[in-house]
Amino acid sequence: MTRYSALSLIRQGFAGHTGWSRAWRDAAPQDHYDVVIVGGGGHGLATAYYLARNHGLTRVAVLEKGWLGGGNVGRNTTIVRSNYLLDANAAFYEHGLKLWEGLSRDLNFNVMLSPRGVLNLAHTDAQMESFARRGNAMRLNGIDADLVDLPSIRRLAPLLDTSAEARFPVVGGLIQRRAGTARHDAVAWGYARAADALGVDLIQGCEVTAIERDGTGAVTGVETTRGRIGCEKVGLCVAGHTTQLADMVDLRLPIESHVLQAMVTEPVKPCLDTVVTSGAAHCYISQTDKGELVFGGDLDGYPSYAQRGETALIEHVCAAAVALFPAFSRLRLMRTWGGIMDMTMDGSPIIDKTPVPGLYLNGGWCYGGFKATPASGWCFAHTIAHDHPHPLVEPFALDRFARGATLDEKGVGPTPVLH
Amino acid sequence: MMLIPCPWCGPRPRVEFSYGGPADRARPADDAPLEDWTRYVYERDNPKGAARELWRHGAGCRQWFVLERDTVTHAVAASHPLPGAEVAP
Ligand SMILES: Cc1cc2nc3c(=O)[nH]c(=O)nc-3n(C[C@H](O)[C@H](O)[C@H](O)COP(=O)(O)OP(=O)(O)OC[C@H]3O[C@@H](n4cnc5c(N)ncnc54)[C@H](O)[C@@H]3O)c2cc1C
Ligand SMILES: [Zn+2]
Repeated sequence: MTRYSALSLIRQGFAGHTGWSRAWRDAAPQDHYDVVIVGGGGHGLATAYYLARNHGLTRVAVLEKGWLGGGNVGRNTTIVRSNYLLDANAAFYEHGLKLWEGLSRDLNFNVMLSPRGVLNLAHTDAQMESFARRGNAMRLNGIDADLVDLPSIRRLAPLLDTSAEARFPVVGGLIQRRAGTARHDAVAWGYARAADALGVDLIQGCEVTAIERDGTGAVTGVETTRGRIGCEKVGLCVAGHTTQLADMVDLRLPIESHVLQAMVTEPVKPCLDTVVTSGAAHCYISQTDKGELVFGGDLDGYPSYAQRGETALIEHVCAAAVALFPAFSRLRLMRTWGGIMDMTMDGSPIIDKTPVPGLYLNGGWCYGGFKATPASGWCFAHTIAHDHPHPLVEPFALDRFARGATLDEKGVGPTPVLH
Repeated sequence: MMLIPCPWCGPRPRVEFSYGGPADRARPADDAPLEDWTRYVYERDNPKGAARELWRHGAGCRQWFVLERDTVTHAVAASHPLPGAEVAP
């Protein structure tokens, strides 16, 4: 593997960029691995990397039915943050944000982390009160948070309609300045390249169709479209298809799959250098390095595995974006797409062992799994290697629902579309 | 846009309706064991393909009904009034 550096870039510049080596091998499946990770999205690749880097496990394969990074890791709106109210979520996502801050160096791959701040808009005094509560909770957990008033918001986002006549009048906001965005493809590629360099086999076009078990019920391997692969342990990182994999071992989960859409406008000159979100308008907006404005909103609202959504939601999100930023009404929408989200019954993820010996579960990421990628891989690798949950993910146990210990940030109960 | 056949109003645009969870879930007895309640409240079949779901025509007749639908193609197969509501208006 060529190490990426300013020097290698200059050298390749003179050589016409003909000397770059492949970023990772096109591995063929071997007969047996210590650990098989199902799913080559962000979480699967990060888990494989940390299994090798932190735990010295290198007889590891990542099996991906499509191509690496073709799932949600390449479809999200790239927001990275740790502005959570509940202690368990705050500790986990803050561990993640700290990993993000050193990730480009760690992976020797520029993930283009841009800590441009994530600004949540408040439109009512009651919302300001709840933001003050969340901001204080964050600060008590050692996470940066600032409550901001209207003049500060005008400086942060000059194009935002902050007039009293606005469709959604703004009264203030909460900002986490260390939060921001990262290049989603680079995260997948960076983890893939770094895992491969440590000996992990990345196997694409390889769908897992069954999980093989012995007489005691313990995992002994997987059936795939590229043949049987034996292994001691299987880790599931399949996002929207978690239920289908769990069905293979008759494990019922508190998960419903829904489609979440996003969209971008044509590129324009830099005009928005922070991420702006409005819960009331059901919309969040940022500008990419290429200049496109990215809009995201809510789920379409009913279970779907279609990986595309309906126009009514697109219209709703665009209407909200234009209400917040009237200047954007003149832009044309360039692309829309959708990804299948594994929505849990409390809006928080699951990282745990399962009742099946040798089978480990990572899923239920809802809207927010991209920012979790480093922390999820870190903690899931620990859970697999030690056959015991990492302390940071103990609250994300599968049996928390039976125990009544749900982690419901919004307090809306077991209605996935509302999380 | 997806057209949903309300058993009472006929085919109407999707945005008039909201999804209300899977159909056919039997509510456990009040004194049923905790596992039954966990299964009922939290666990979902989450089918990929044919599904039977509860929907409500909120911007129309405001009735709940059962919708048979495919979660991959979004094709609608049929809709039925809830048991006990079979009498046409
Ligand atoms: C529109 C949109 C916007 C989002 N915005 C944000 C955001 O701003 N911030 C944020 O933090 N999160 C966001 N998310 C959520 C985030 O993208 C996901 O939670 C996260 O990417 C899921 O983890 P992953 O990367 O491992 O998933 P994926 O990339 O989906 O990886 C799962 C992989 O498993 C593979 N797979 C499935 N079944 C099998 C099988 N049987 N055998 C082999 N492989 C299989 C799939 O092909 C897929 O590649 C967004 C998601 C969407 C769709
Ligand atoms: Zn009706």
